[in-house]
This record gives sequence, structure tokens and C-alpha cells, in this order.
Amino acid sequence: MIEDLPALVAAAVSAVATAATTDELRTLEQTHLGKEAAVLQARKQLGDLPKEDRKDAGRAINEAREQIEAAVEQRRTELASSERAAQFDSERLDLSEVVVGERPVGHRHIVTQAWEELEDVFIGMGFRVAEGPQVETDWHNFDALNIPPGHPARDGFDTIYVDHGESGSTLLRTHTSPVQIRTMLAQEPPIHVIAPGRVFRRDTADATHMPVFHQIEGLVIDRNISLADLAGTIEAFTTAYFGSGFSSRLRPNHFPFTEPSAEFDIQRPDGSWLELGGCGMVHPHVLRAGGVDPEEWSAFAFGFGIDRLALMKFGVDDLRELFTNDIRFLSQF
Amino acid sequence: MNVLLSWMQQFAPIEGEPEELAAVLTDLGLVVESIETVGASWDGIVVAKVIDLRPHPEADRIQLVDVMVGDQPADEPLQICCGAFNMSVGDLVPLATLGTIMPGGLEIARRKLRGEWSNGMICSAPELELEGDGDGIMVLEPGLPIGQPLTEALGVETDVLFDIDVEGNRPDALSVAGVARDLAARLGVPFAFPEVTLSGSAPATETVASVEIQSNDLCQRFGVRVLENVTVGTSPQWMASRLTAAGMRPINSIVDISNYVMLELGQPNHTYDLDLVPEGHLRVRMGSDGETLRTLDGQDRSITEVDGLICDANDQPIGLAGVMGGASTEISDSTTRVLLEAAVWDRMTIAKTSRRLNLRSEASTRFERGADPLGIERALDRFAELAVELCGATVTEGAVIVEGGLTPSPPVNVRTARVNHLLNTSLSADDIAGLLSPIGFSSRTAGGDSLDVDVPSWRPDSSIEEDIVEEIGRHYGYDKSGKRVPTPSQNGELTPAQQSRRHIRRAFVGAGLSEAMPLPFLAPDDLARAGLDEDGISLTNPLVAEESILRTSLLPGLLKAVGYNQSHRNEGVQLFEVGTVFLPSDQTLPDEQEWVAGIQAGASAVEATQLLHHLAGVLGLKGLTVANGERPGLHPTRSGTVTFRGRTLGEVGEVDPRVLDAYGIAGRVGWLQLATEPIAEALSTSPKYKKISLFPSSDIDLSFVVPDDEPVSKLLTTMEKAGGPLLRSVRFLNAFRSEQLGADARSLAFSYRFQADDRTLTDAEVAELRQNLIDAVEGKNRASLRT
Repeated sequence: MIEDLPALVAAAVSAVATAATTDELRTLEQTHLGKEAAVLQARKQLGDLPKEDRKDAGRAINEAREQIEAAVEQRRTELASSERAAQFDSERLDLSEVVVGERPVGHRHIVTQAWEELEDVFIGMGFRVAEGPQVETDWHNFDALNIPPGHPARDGFDTIYVDHGESGSTLLRTHTSPVQIRTMLAQEPPIHVIAPGRVFRRDTADATHMPVFHQIEGLVIDRNISLADLAGTIEAFTTAYFGSGFSSRLRPNHFPFTEPSAEFDIQRPDGSWLELGGCGMVHPHVLRAGGVDPEEWSAFAFGFGIDRLALMKFGVDDLRELFTNDIRFLSQF
Repeated sequence: MNVLLSWMQQFAPIEGEPEELAAVLTDLGLVVESIETVGASWDGIVVAKVIDLRPHPEADRIQLVDVMVGDQPADEPLQICCGAFNMSVGDLVPLATLGTIMPGGLEIARRKLRGEWSNGMICSAPELELEGDGDGIMVLEPGLPIGQPLTEALGVETDVLFDIDVEGNRPDALSVAGVARDLAARLGVPFAFPEVTLSGSAPATETVASVEIQSNDLCQRFGVRVLENVTVGTSPQWMASRLTAAGMRPINSIVDISNYVMLELGQPNHTYDLDLVPEGHLRVRMGSDGETLRTLDGQDRSITEVDGLICDANDQPIGLAGVMGGASTEISDSTTRVLLEAAVWDRMTIAKTSRRLNLRSEASTRFERGADPLGIERALDRFAELAVELCGATVTEGAVIVEGGLTPSPPVNVRTARVNHLLNTSLSADDIAGLLSPIGFSSRTAGGDSLDVDVPSWRPDSSIEEDIVEEIGRHYGYDKSGKRVPTPSQNGELTPAQQSRRHIRRAFVGAGLSEAMPLPFLAPDDLARAGLDEDGISLTNPLVAEESILRTSLLPGLLKAVGYNQSHRNEGVQLFEVGTVFLPSDQTLPDEQEWVAGIQAGASAVEATQLLHHLAGVLGLKGLTVANGERPGLHPTRSGTVTFRGRTLGEVGEVDPRVLDAYGIAGRVGWLQLATEPIAEALSTSPKYKKISLFPSSDIDLSFVVPDDEPVSKLLTTMEKAGGPLLRSVRFLNAFRSEQLGADARSLAFSYRFQADDRTLTDAEVAELRQNLIDAVEGKNRASLRT
């Protein structure tokens, strides 16, 4: 029997090497290496051998088994590889043929993008974000901001009034400045807040005007706040938001709620100027309206439009585009 | 305000490049919008004399004009082809000689017109950018030297025109002198009003004119002068040019002087035909309801008790104070005696009247902002001086000035420390006085290192310390304050609600929706069209009726957005909005709520609800449930209420097809609208970690036959309670309807996973858990296990 081993091995290796599938290989493996396999059956004859021959015979049987196992393993690897190759070949996909656009892509509105970017810049400078109602009392929107009834500046705001409460007592806020008053009344100084928000004017819509638009307001109340703190804050914002090549300047202007007042301009790297917004040292009447003692605290405030920055960033030339809600516009950004 | 450099130079020796001067003005808060050089493009244009006129042999509309320009021999005049016929032999005309570049850019060259040479161009006023008739050429005043450059002949020097944006607090800068004063102070050059020389003649003015002020609240001061022997004519070119540059049209010499004085000194003034004013008497009083006045523009105006009036001796209104004069006493060509008025009025009264009548003029603008009550005499004198020069007038002796309700403003105490604190400067009291003095704020030292500052009468805007600080800062230079960044003691951060708003937006964007921004205004029928209650708050003064109601829902705005897109063939848009709605309230202000809404064109309630659950998952809104129910504006059988933590969070479903019809939208439209506040609350609490069990789970499925009116959400609630802590998850798989099950019921399939943290559950345990579920659902949800 032992002497038959080489032939058995040769037959098994030959059969295994030509197995066509892994299933066939599994059957062959069973035949040549299973319990009934001839090679293993040889073990049963070991007891019949003389003691001194048993060791060699045992080794021969093991070697035979290992040779067949190696052949099976080799064939299995070959078959697995070719079957994977066949699978890959049959599964081929042309990804350039995939239909795109089936999953809609959402976009944030560019006003939101500018708004959040501005918030982030000021948060980085230590500001918190304050909010207030869009329908305001005339007191918060005007009186408290040093614009008493009959003040000509009230006319300049083209205010939209609201039929709520006593006639003329409520309006759609014309600026975010009433948030200054609400913040002062709600918390003790020091105060470092910005107030982005929606504001309203009785303006006919055109390329540069909308009855609804967005502003951001800043208010800093602390001890020893001066015009230099205002100029420095504007400058720090300018470089943070626009970039390191940009700078800013203040020049005198007039607003009822600040004294001294200023307009702030941004200088682009090419030297040209952009008028951005208004600012100044908060008027003592305004501080008092907010319950803040102007002798103990001083304050500056600034404000500018958000929408125009959004338009500039993307080169949009008509304010009305922001509000038409055409998906062909919204999905560009 | 348009201001000519040469005009300012009458008051101060202002020198410098136009751009530099403009930069200084801008830095003073007098923002220069544009700089224009005027009179410069007249190089090559000279005075020429017409010596012969002949018809053109080949053309009817052109004549041949021979002109002399001075130095050529008398028998060699220049022949010009000219299309105008309004000149005569002997007239002086402006001639653009060969090589001249016209203001419009045209270069004058020698050329032939139908066979005849033209050696230049005779100019019309518009061709020289002057005010005047464009039909004919400009005939110059006789007596000018022939050949003289036109700029010299007309007294128009090359000049610089600054267009200045004057803020509402600077009425003084609505005058040439006022701008010059500010500019001179910054440049460090002296400012002075030129002396007016007037030789009045008898009689004394008070014998021919008188004034009575009945309302001191209305009038601060009132002054008159009388001009006699007036000849109303045309103003000289230098005055016409200045008025034109300032943006005013020359009319006649008296009107022009009036405007000239107003522009120069900022004091509006008015002229009456003295012979039409009974007794030369003017009475100043408030109007009464029912009175009328025909104003200079020929309109009959109804007077009310808020208007100020100038009346005659018979108490008849002859002028609307500070706004417009009356027609009855208007200056005409035949006027010879002029009663001249300069007064300063209550700002508010003028503002009210001009607003009420929608009559805004250069005068009312100045009065509204505040004219200089002490500038009246100077204006009257300057007017008289010009009238003598230009109209041959004689002036009666002296002016009549009547004091009204002028209250001198008290001095303002300005503390040096306060100035330096607000401006971050280290100025001394002397420095401050030195900055203020050139702009008319005189000061003297007061106690405690402070100054008492007198506010000049032309600065009604300055009344408190901070106002003076602004003047100091303006003239010292804002840039000298430097720049420093304050260091807050707090960290910058968003509130939880603000963070949540950002999460919400990103969740919607991540789900494929784009952010829309509809206007919050609705048309009166928008709410009804959208099937909503018509309880929107209306605007008192809407610009248009289509935008007259404040929205109470985000639905109408987003429906319009979908409709707009559909009509532009943008199909299947998916939009969302985070926006404020305005609900009626009995509080001081309306109830403003922030909502978020999503709209999906071409999507059903199923997709909208799937979107809702997706968003809930992204936003961590665990336990959010939906129950069918009718919602205004939504499909009656395909919409429901969204509940979260026991509160109504919003709604989800499909838009009512009747509403879609009303908005002209085709197909189904999915909709969800949620309040943002509860979402913010949920986001502000962090989820608690649950340890993941290491033991195998047991998964089972069950189906129940349940009546149609029992919602899945109720079954889930029952199951979660009955399952106890070992029920790790329950998932609704599907609903199945069949004839066998009957018309009013369906089979609902669920999948459950049981798992313990400390052991593998035994079959017996799982069987018991399963039975508990079945018992609970059958007991509470009218369900029976489907077998």
C-alpha cells in the first residue's frame, strides 16, 4: 500500500490541477483528502508494518497528504482569482454613464452665507449676537435713539407702520439700532454685541433698493471706550472679513444716535474706496434711554448692510435677485 | 450742494489742487461726490464781431457770416457758415476758432459746406455748456473787446466745482460761505465776509415798510429792506454762470440775486412788489383752517392752523412762511419798488407745511435744518448791494429788523478730560479753543479744566458737550484718534437658539433643499388663497396693496416661489425658509414666531413625512411623532400634526390641491412647517450615552391587524412602554391592505430587537417579552395579532 502512494499522489495532483470550478475542487478535495481517501486509508495499514518501518511509512503518508493539500490550495487560489476576474468583468460599470442630479443639492441663501460669515468674524473678536423683534415700537425705533416725534430724520427713514396697538405706535423697524436699546435694557455693561437682522423701508424695489433688507449693528459699551476703539474695531473687522490688503478710515458724518458720528470706508488693495456704513460714539441720550450712565460708561456703535456685501462677493448686480427665489439663482452659490 | 472754488475764494484765500481740497472737505464730513472743472474747455473761443451776413448760394438753412476776431486786416474777415439767423451786423458773438476742442469734444476744423469755406464755429449757449437758448447763437453784450478770450469777456475763470453731500445737521454748509469757513479753518487760512458797501438814501426804511410778528413760536427774527428804482432785467453772465454751476436756472436779475444770496450766505429770502403790499406792512402769524393762498406757482393752497403765514395790513395771506411766496405780490417786469424779506422760521413748522403740501424748495430745506437767525442783516445788505449794482436800485436808509422768538443758546461746558477720553487725544484747553475758534465757537476757560463754549448762531445742531467734541474731532482729524481694539472680558459665541438656527439650515441644505427668501408681505387675498385664516396684521401705509399684510405662515411665500419656478420651467424645486411670522396679539407688539418650512414640488405627503423624519434624525429630535389631522391650507386627508415632547411642533403633509389651483401650481406639493424654538431647546441638551451590549440580541417580527383610524404612532407608543428596557428597538416595516382584512383595517408589520446588557436572553424570556407586546397592543390599540 505504501508503495502505491506516489501513484496516488500523482493522480490526485493531476486531478486537482485540472479542476474547473471551486465546487469541483471541493469534491476532489473530499475524494483525495477526506476520511475515505486512499492516502489516508494507508494509515490503517501502519499497524501491520514492522515497528521499525512504521515511522518512515507514517512520514511518507503525511508527505503524500501534504502534497495533495498543497495542490488543492494552489488550485483554489488560481480558481478564486479567475472567478473574481470573471465577476469583475461581468460587473463592469461605466461611471460616466451615471445619471447625475437625481439627488437634489441644497444651497444656503447668499444673504445667510454673508450673515453667518459676519457673525463668525465678530464672534472671533469677542462679540455676542443680540436680536430683537422686527415689528418695533416707535419708542425703540426712534425716540430712544434720539429721534423724537417730529424730528426730520423720521421722514428720512420712509417708515412702514403697522396696524397694531395705538395708531402710529408700532412699525417695521427701519434699522437694527433698536436692538441696542433692548440690549442695554436687558443687561448691564460692559456690552459687546452685534445685532444682525431684517429691516424695512417704504422703498420701491429696484436694483439697489428693496423694502426688505438686512443690516448688522455693533454696540460696545465699556469704561473708557473712545473713537480709537471704534476705528480699531472697524479696522480689525475689515482685515478679518475682506482680507489683509484692505484697510479702513472714519470720516465725519451725522446720525442722530451717535455723537461724534462717522461714516466708515473700506480701502481696497487697488486704492479705491468703498463706503460701507455709519458709526460713532453712542449719543448720551441713547445711553440714558437704555439706562446706561454716560458719565460712567462710554460706547460706540456701527452698522452696515449685509445684502450689499453678499451681492459684491458673488458679483450680483441687482438686489431684487435675492428675493425672487429662482432656483437657477439660489443653486449657483 | 454745488460749490465753486472761485466763489469760496471771496471769503478765504483757499488754494490747492482740487483733489487735495476735496479730500480735506471729505475729511471734514463735507463729502465731495464729484469734482468738475468748469470754464476750461473754452480755450480758443473768442469774442468776434459780425461785419457781414450773406445768404449761402447753395443752401437755404445756412448763411455766410463774416466776422472779425481782432488782428486780421479789415478786408480779410473770416467767413463762417452758420445755421443760425438770430444775429445782425455789429453783434458780438462767441467764435470757436480753428483747432478749438469744444466742451463736447468736437474739434473745430476748416471745412467746406456746400462749396463755401467755414473757418470756425459761432457758438450757441448750450454748445458752451451755458444756460440759454439753443435755437440761435449766443449774442454777447456789446462793448466787449474783439478777439478777447471768452472766459475773460464773460468773467468766467477756469473754476472748480465741488459737488458736496451736506448732512442734515449742517445747515451752515448749505452755503458757499459756510463751506468756505469750514475749509479755511482746516487749511489755517483766515475767513471773512467781504465788507458790503451800501449808501442808503432817504427815506428811512421804517417809513415805507413795517413788520409785526404775532407768533414768536413761528418766527425767530424778521428783517426787511426796501429797494427803489429797480429795473428788472437779465443778470450778467458771471452771475448766470455761477447760478448755473450751482444747479439753478437764471430767470431775471431780481430772482437771480435772491437765489445768489441764498447760495452764498445760506439765507433764503423773498421779494414783494412793494406797491402791491398795502402800507408796506407785513404781519407774521399762524394760519387758520379755511384760509387760502394762491402761491407763486399759481396753485391755490388750503391753509391750516399748522402753517405759518405772512399777511398784509388787511390780514390777507400773501406768503406761506418759509415755503413759498404768494402770487398777488409777485415781482413783475414793471416792478420798481421791491420789499425784501429775510427771516428765520421755526424748523418744525416749515417741515410740517412743506411735507403737507409736498412743496420742497431750496428755501424750505434750509429753514427745516435751521438758518442763521443772526445772518439776516448780512443777507439783506448783500442783496441790496447786488441790486444797486445790477438793477440800478437805490436803497432806503437802514433795515427794519423785528425780533421774534429767538432764544440764544446757552454756553456749553466742555471738559478737556471728556474730549480726550472720547477722542483718545491729549489736547489742552488751549488746543481745543484753537480748533473751535476758526469755525465760530468762541470759548473761555471755566473751572475744573474745562471751557465754556458759545455755539455760533448758524450751528443749531450743537447744544451738548458731545456735539462740541465732534467739532473738535472733525477739525483735529478723526485719524489722529488712532486705532486700538478693545478687549472684551467675555468670549464671543452664539446663543443655543442661534446655533440651532444654523443646524436647522444645514439640515435642510443637507437634505437637498435650497434656501429661499420670500418677502414677508402678502396681498390681502393671499391668506385666503392659501386656505389660511385671514387674521394677518395689516400695514398702515403699504407701498402697494400686494404687499400690505404681514404673513402669518410661511406657506403663501413659498407657494409663490414654487409657482414662480414652475412658470419658468424649473420643475421639482425643493425650497426651505427660516422666517418670522407675525401673529395677532394683545401685547404691545405682535406675537413674532420663527418657523422653518420646507416645500417640495412634485412630492407627496409620504416624501414630506420622510423628509421630516430625516431632519428629525439629523437634528436629534428623538420621539417626534406625526398624527393625521386637518391643517389649514393642507390636503384634508394627507396632512397631520407634528408633536415633539408633548408639544405641537408643526405640520407636515401635502398642500391642499384647491390651494395649488388658486396659486396655479401643477402636481402634488409636499410641505412641512415647524417652530424653531422647541428644536433649539432639544439641541441644547446633549444625548446621554448608552453602553452597547456585548450579548447577542433576539430579533422578532410581528404583524397586527389594526383599524384604519388607529395611527401607527399610537402602536409604537404602546410597544415602547410594554417592551420595557429589554426592547432595544422597534421599527415599523410596512402596512398591508387586502379584501380579507376588510375595508377599515390594515395589517401593520413591526420588527423588534430584544437585548440585555448582562446576559444572553433565553428563549423563554423572549417568548414572554413577545407575549407582553401582543397583549399590550391588542389591549390598547384595538389590534389583533395577525397569524
